[in-house]
Amino acid sequence: MALAAAALVSSATAQAAQAEETIKVGVLHSLSGTMAISETTLKDVMLMLVEEQNKKGGLLGKKLEAVVVDPASNWPLFAEKARELVSQHKVSAVFGAWTSVSRKSVLPVFKELNSILFYPVQYEGEESERNVFYTGAAPNQQAIPAVDYLAKEEKVERWVLAGTDYVYPRTTNKILEAYLKSNGVKAEDIMISYTPFGHSDWQTIVADIKKFGSSGKKTAVVSTINGDANVPFYKELANQGVKATDIPVVAFSVGEEELAGIDTKPLVGHLAAWNYFQSVDTPENKAFIEKWRAYTKNPKRVSNDPMEAHVIGFNMWVKAVEKAGTTDPDKVIDAIVGIKVPNLTGGVSEMLPNHHITKPVLIGEIKEDGQFDTVWQTDDLVAGDAWSKHLDGSKDLVADWQTLKCGNYNTVTKKCGS
Amino acid sequence: MRAAAAALTLPPYEVHFMIVLRNFLQAFVLLLGMASAALAGPYEEALLKFTNDSYADTDAAIAAVAVSGNPLAVDVVEALRDGRLLVGLEHVFVRRTSGDLINAATGQTWGNPTGELKSVRVNNRVRRAIEAALGSLTLLSPDAARRLEAARAVFRSRDEAALPALEKAIAQEGHVPVRNALETARAAILLSKQDALHTQKLAAVETLRDRGDQEALALLSNLPSHAPLEVMSAAGKAAEGIRARLAFWQAFQNVWYGISLGSVLLLAAIGLAITFGTMGVINMAHGEMVMLGAYTTFMVQEVIRSYFPGLFGASLLIALPLAFLVAGSVGVLIERAVIRFLYGRPLETLLATWGISLILQQGVRTIFGPTNREVGTPAWMSGALDIGAMSLTYNRIAIVLFAFSVFAILLLVLRYTSLGLYVRAVTQNRRMAGSMGIRTSRIDALAFGLGSGVAGIAGVALSQIDNVSPNLGQSYIIDSFMVVVFGGVGNLWGTLVGAMTLGIANKMLEPHAGAVLGKIALLIAIIVFIQRRPRGLFALKGRAVEA
Repeated sequence: MALAAAALVSSATAQAAQAEETIKVGVLHSLSGTMAISETTLKDVMLMLVEEQNKKGGLLGKKLEAVVVDPASNWPLFAEKARELVSQHKVSAVFGAWTSVSRKSVLPVFKELNSILFYPVQYEGEESERNVFYTGAAPNQQAIPAVDYLAKEEKVERWVLAGTDYVYPRTTNKILEAYLKSNGVKAEDIMISYTPFGHSDWQTIVADIKKFGSSGKKTAVVSTINGDANVPFYKELANQGVKATDIPVVAFSVGEEELAGIDTKPLVGHLAAWNYFQSVDTPENKAFIEKWRAYTKNPKRVSNDPMEAHVIGFNMWVKAVEKAGTTDPDKVIDAIVGIKVPNLTGGVSEMLPNHHITKPVLIGEIKEDGQFDTVWQTDDLVAGDAWSKHLDGSKDLVADWQTLKCGNYNTVTKKCGS
Repeated sequence: MRAAAAALTLPPYEVHFMIVLRNFLQAFVLLLGMASAALAGPYEEALLKFTNDSYADTDAAIAAVAVSGNPLAVDVVEALRDGRLLVGLEHVFVRRTSGDLINAATGQTWGNPTGELKSVRVNNRVRRAIEAALGSLTLLSPDAARRLEAARAVFRSRDEAALPALEKAIAQEGHVPVRNALETARAAILLSKQDALHTQKLAAVETLRDRGDQEALALLSNLPSHAPLEVMSAAGKAAEGIRARLAFWQAFQNVWYGISLGSVLLLAAIGLAITFGTMGVINMAHGEMVMLGAYTTFMVQEVIRSYFPGLFGASLLIALPLAFLVAGSVGVLIERAVIRFLYGRPLETLLATWGISLILQQGVRTIFGPTNREVGTPAWMSGALDIGAMSLTYNRIAIVLFAFSVFAILLLVLRYTSLGLYVRAVTQNRRMAGSMGIRTSRIDALAFGLGSGVAGIAGVALSQIDNVSPNLGQSYIIDSFMVVVFGGVGNLWGTLVGAMTLGIANKMLEPHAGAVLGKIALLIAIIVFIQRRPRGLFALKGRAVEA
């Protein structure tokens, strides 16, 4: 009995000693529920990155340890799990969240406990927090260049803004509408349509799009339709004979993973705007895909944009910790601004003072094999704007955590806090 | 690609200069390489542009190849469309569908080329150019289907250069539908052609008015500013007529959308009408039975793709009985293992089946992965049928017919088979049925299996329009309960009428209120209705209700 107790105590101390030796990294992605379809992959990427870093000898002489929790696509649970990661597991940084709702739900936790979150998904912008690093695209790194491409290359004059009814599509469409109108597009040439989450009967909307698009002016659909609703939408487009050569659809939430569930032959030519495609032909990307497939033991496993964002974010964090010499959040937050790491598309991304990063913008057309063929890309990397220049409420705001120490500094009133 | 992007931002003359310089260099190398090279005509020059890997050059090359009159032109453009046009070794090659490689310039077969060949890249702009070029190139094809396709392509491209070929084609066309398509194509061109005669333009307006669809309306209401007044007013009148006609058909179109949505609801709800409606079990795992059916379809298609590719057209028919068996046996298993201990305790049943639904979802997620699975559509279910100004897609027609046949079969099974008799007897008075010698517990299991199996075959149909993912069932469970409660618990006819009413009401509201508001309005209407008539549209009467 005494022996057993002693063994227990010693194993507990051994565990404590081990815990001191590792640096913990939190992974906050849904492994069950609706969002599991997109987020499970990101958990795998994080595990791979941690393993790889440990093979290189860890960080600051210590091994990294990933702590995985499952917030189960449940927004309030995201906040609980984030708190568990930071206060119970004492993680040094958290990589996670997908939907804007889940990000908004964890924000207060990271502020209160002063920890770090890396958010890897393209989002609606209009936000900059001291404790959050946005490695996905802001609207000016995805939506605006995509619209520019359509207007210039496809000579589009009429626009359908179709989205799922929640914060990301609503804000993005507000920005796009303001942007299009400032470029001389008339209100009657813009059609806005929202649908509920998981909408599956697209007959009426596709028929409306067809009607709207047959006015003689070139029409395109800008789609912020999210998640599962995309498959029936594209199926209906194909069935009603809407071809990319007549009415192209450019999507902001459809990547390689989403296309894996559709027969892509009727979709050839429809577009997507991202900062990364699996088909990008660079040595960095080739090496990454090889590692990823070896790690997942699946020679067909696809890669996508948010995965690249995690790769960039993780490498930036590692560099910042090395630069600061500690994992202390305050020091890392100061050290990370200005850190540059290579991205997978052949450029070097930099963390900006507004906690967004520089990224290239790529427009790709869907190919028959479910991959994207890059048909256009920006010459340089584009710096992410936290606040849109095209919205009245936000065009005077800037975010700068280096000199101004403020996420929403108003350049007109010269005050922090809009 | 970088080069293409850079070229786009350059001023046009520089781009032009670059192209000229590049073509010159390439032509020079070509001449050096081939002593016996034939004199480069416009066709050969155009071919060289394909090697530039620039969409603008490819676009220009297509137009030049199309007007060159070279007998290989059609082959080259078709090869480009299908990704069979290859460049490399300073030559352009066409890979025949048979696998042979021919030199696009000379038409001679080429042996095995050493070195790398790349196919010429296409984007939407190039695809449009291909379509237009093929249109004017294949107007005189011996195949009527291709001529029809060509006529439609010319109608869309409105390319004035195609006019002479079009006149020739009209003169010798014997096939009426093709002739009509050719004439509308000619009308579309003449209407926007500046130097066409008044009478020609008026005749064109007439032709387009007879065509009477959305595209004709677009043409008529967007006349170029140089059109004469007389033509303008004729076009305005014609456009007015077409608008009235389209508005008339719109109503039918909405009803059709409603029926088709209703049949999807019917399919999802009809299994529930048995388990919930007649047995009174609140089965929250009903949606997961639909999902199992959809995954069965996926598995069947996987096997067919790997071993019997010729049977793909019949894959859905093969999946139907299997989906019924898979979902049905899982249903029997659930009933025997869980639900039979919970009869008469609706709250516990609800919680237990909710738990089962989560277990099934996560189980499928673990086995098949969280991502969507691809279920293909057989060729006979792709495309659309045009009736008047309505367009009915074949997959929806198939689903509507399928939903009604499932309904009819189920009705017959319940009415005329001994199983149906027992099920109705047990539903109406369990103790009396038991006293008459019916093994009620066995009937419960079979009825639950039947309901689940029907949900499974609904999954086969839904795999055609929705994603096959672990969440498939969740999106239908609420709608299914809504249909059964609205239609009246315990009555199959109620389910039919309920599904159709909800479907049509939804689709009538959607164009006016939008998808989100339409759905909210419908839910409010149902809440109000259920308060007025708690037992739904078709309420069961008699002692069974009180039991």
